[in-house]
Amino acid sequence: MVNIIWVGLAVIGIIYAFFNGTIEEVNEVIFKSAEEAVALTISLISVLVFWLGIMRIAENSGLLNSLAQLFKPLFTRLFPDIPADHPAMGYILSNVSANLFGLGNAATPLGIKAMHEMKGLNGDSEVASRSMITFLAINTSSVTLVPTTMIAIRMRYDSISPTDIVISTILATLVSSIGAILIDRFFYYRRKRRQAV
Amino acid sequence: MIVQISNWIIPLLLLTVFLHGTYKRVPTYETFVEGGKEGVKMAISLLPFLLGMIVSISIFRASGALDAFVNVIEPLLAIFNVPPEIVPQALTRPISGTASLSIATDLIRSEGPDSFIGRLASTMQGSTDTTLYVLTVYFGAIGIKKMGDALKVGLLADLIGIIASLIVCYLLFGS
Repeated sequence: MVNIIWVGLAVIGIIYAFFNGTIEEVNEVIFKSAEEAVALTISLISVLVFWLGIMRIAENSGLLNSLAQLFKPLFTRLFPDIPADHPAMGYILSNVSANLFGLGNAATPLGIKAMHEMKGLNGDSEVASRSMITFLAINTSSVTLVPTTMIAIRMRYDSISPTDIVISTILATLVSSIGAILIDRFFYYRRKRRQAV
Repeated sequence: MIVQISNWIIPLLLLTVFLHGTYKRVPTYETFVEGGKEGVKMAISLLPFLLGMIVSISIFRASGALDAFVNVIEPLLAIFNVPPEIVPQALTRPISGTASLSIATDLIRSEGPDSFIGRLASTMQGSTDTTLYVLTVYFGAIGIKKMGDALKVGLLADLIGIIASLIVCYLLFGS
């Protein structure tokens, strides 16, 4: 899929340029944009290093863990099929709090462990269980507190206030997460009704 | 007001982490450096992904194809008050994180980070994750062959995220 998007954009662009008479602009932009991408990555380093450094402290001091405990009552309701003290719940909570602070790299292995435990709870079936789908819904709607990459990119292009998108991102993320949970519930009850019929 | 709250969040978070870390006797500076090293690795490993995508999108834009596409969809989107410039990013968001990130960057660069489009692009990029990637990684890792409603739920959640970003940005930043 990524391959199609990547090649598609370039191929359509080049062919379109033939007819549109913009081949000169295209030719110019190829190397210019590559150079720009390098400059952009360099500017990303500043925020990523700082933020991941700070978050490592939060991880080691147990701050992330105590935050996870805060969410526990909510999550035991979201995942009624998982016993509250089952390891699956622990991994789900750590995954969500890692995502919350933009630690995508730390969140992924935790998420995979959570999935493993949920598969065990589902009798090692190869069919996605109810809890797995709920977990995915929460993950794809991505609850984020600090959108570090976007802040870095805004800084790079001289935003007068690079962080003013923090609130809008939190609000949007909140709405989309609640929406994801509702959609997940809707499909679950629809599946159940169909099984009953 | 909103800008003010936004400005407070990160310093307050920082303060909490520093105080809690010191209280728990974490070797703060060494730990920071350890975690920071990962940031360098992350940025560098992102480079080829970002570079490839940005070049491809820049070709698409420079050729005029992007403008042509935006012009075609504009009348339809005007009904819903959706700025057409955001559509390519919204379309790629669930499929490829780097593609949509590159498009967002392109928008921020060309429209300005503090423009409505620039803020909308930032919000939209930050508020949802790449559904297809999450699905592939998680289900692939544990060998789930039948994903049930997972894809539908994920994609619908993305749609809600996109609409939510639009509404939130209209409310907070106007147009």
